[in-house]
Amino acid sequence: MTAAILGSVDAQTLADAVGLGAVYALMAVGIGLVFGVLRLVNFAYGQLIMAGAYTLAFTTHWPVVWSIVACFVVVVALSLVMDRALFRPLRGASPAVMLVATFAIAFMLQAIAQLVDIRDNTIGEIATSIAPLNRPTTVLGVEVRKITIVAVLVTAVVLALLALLLMRTTIGLHMRAAATDFRTARLLGVRANSVIAFAVLLSGLLAAIVSVMLTVQFPFVTPDFALRDTIVVLVGVVVGGIDRLWTATLGGFAIGFTTGVINGALPTEQTVFLPSAVFALVILVLLIRPAGLFAGGRTTVERV
Amino acid sequence: MRRYLDPLVQLLAPVVLVLAVGVGSTLFSSSNEIYVLNALVSVAIVVAIYVFVGNSGVLSFGQISFVAVGAFTAGVMTIPLESKAGVLPQLFPLLGEHTVGNVASLVLGAGAGGVFALIVGLPLMRLSGLAAGIATFAVLEVTHNILREWTKIGPGATTLSLVPETTDSLQATIGALLVVTAAFVYQRSRFGRRLRASREDPAAARGVGVDVHRERLWAFVVSGALAGFGGGLLVHLLGSITTEQVYLELTFLTLAMLVIGGLTSLWGAVVGALAVSGLHSFLVEAEQGVDVGVSLDLPQGTRLIFLGGIMALVLIVRPSGLTGGREFRLIR
Repeated sequence: MTAAILGSVDAQTLADAVGLGAVYALMAVGIGLVFGVLRLVNFAYGQLIMAGAYTLAFTTHWPVVWSIVACFVVVVALSLVMDRALFRPLRGASPAVMLVATFAIAFMLQAIAQLVDIRDNTIGEIATSIAPLNRPTTVLGVEVRKITIVAVLVTAVVLALLALLLMRTTIGLHMRAAATDFRTARLLGVRANSVIAFAVLLSGLLAAIVSVMLTVQFPFVTPDFALRDTIVVLVGVVVGGIDRLWTATLGGFAIGFTTGVINGALPTEQTVFLPSAVFALVILVLLIRPAGLFAGGRTTVERV
Repeated sequence: MRRYLDPLVQLLAPVVLVLAVGVGSTLFSSSNEIYVLNALVSVAIVVAIYVFVGNSGVLSFGQISFVAVGAFTAGVMTIPLESKAGVLPQLFPLLGEHTVGNVASLVLGAGAGGVFALIVGLPLMRLSGLAAGIATFAVLEVTHNILREWTKIGPGATTLSLVPETTDSLQATIGALLVVTAAFVYQRSRFGRRLRASREDPAAARGVGVDVHRERLWAFVVSGALAGFGGGLLVHLLGSITTEQVYLELTFLTLAMLVIGGLTSLWGAVVGALAVSGLHSFLVEAEQGVDVGVSLDLPQGTRLIFLGGIMALVLIVRPSGLTGGREFRLIR
């Protein structure tokens, strides 16, 4: 089967796969940043992206720039509200409780979207204003969709800026300290609330960027928009190694790239059992490297 | 005296609660019966999940796989022979040419769930934390994918229909009681106690000689068998089922029930399942307009918003669940 996949991979498929990997990498960073400071897996991250996509769809007759600004405002505001209303009261609760609380919020946001969407008696809204970015252009003799180039460039710039922020600024230092050991960081004068709020803000900005890029590629917005992507990215993040931001990002990219290559290369009638193969591989990787594929060989077994 | 009284009370409290709900369904009007049956089957499934997740402290998103396997085993094996070849023409001969009775199908469902859990659990139980969560989730994905595409063992992507609807209030009550009792016996046994010790402090439990891997595997298999049994009850309640009904949404909902009730106690699992089922039924009725002292009429489509919102609110107010994760006690 490997040969069949490799045989039919062309440059265009590879370009699309890199584009998808770039988008998933940004989602992985968004999820990883919040996990770093809160130890919380935000299952409702996809619903932030969904809210952004709906904003783009509802403002599709606005000038494109304003439509995108509106998307950013809505997503960032929603993510800050989520932090204040849900994450803060649950700080210090067990991981299972925090995860289930984000399920509940995801559930609620999806139901709200359904209710807003159904007003015109049809499910789904179309965002057309930014769709032209999905058209192909020719780079070095290869047909590539413009959004792929945009996605790769934006991801590269964002990751570079984020690296600068984390390594060169005070708030970045505080965030890294908090991610390593929150209690000690607080004892040394790191302000918990501002570090967490900043991480959530960044994570919201990333979600907004992702909603623009996903909506360009999938202009038909439904209440479960980005739900499947979020689940796949969560899997990728844990497989890559959730304890560190760069391994999580790499995991997100890897699973996006793999999905892209496989979907592009195989005809659909051959892919019915493909999800099983992919998830069996996930299990295998986790069994061999429970801390993550890219996390190095260290295992932390507590010794008394 | 307390030595015998406390465990007795701990078993009797959930049993009495389940009985009250089950008997209550026959006393009230039959229009509410479906809600009660749903709630009782939810109790069976949530308690099955509790046996592993609650006792081991390892989060699993995979237990609904065993519900699915149990449901499709029990369902496929009880479709009447004369219609089986028509609705499921591609079945393996062994499955296509035999049909069993209702009780036997529940036993088969439990067996299939248990065996599947053993196969899956053998490698997976070495994992902890998020890795275990994602790996068990991968099991759910694989199970769903195979059930959906392999038409030799079931209906594939179409609906499995013509399953006898035998889960009435008597069967649902007895089924839920059986699962609760099995969970209680397990958690009082030395296996259950060793596993709970490893939940509280893995290093210390290892230090006194607990084989954490083996104890988790035991719980996983018991949980898988009970979940398969719960799946059997579910399919005989619905009469027809698709793979989508035993997939993500049921996984999230049942886990939410467990956490809202209180992750670490049997009492919590039962209370959570009944409370969330009850709330959901109430909201469904409220959308039609219901009279509770004052007339309450929610706009159409708002029930899931309220369900999600109230679940989040309960967790904010009581992060350790409605029961605080403790068993029922008469004297605090």
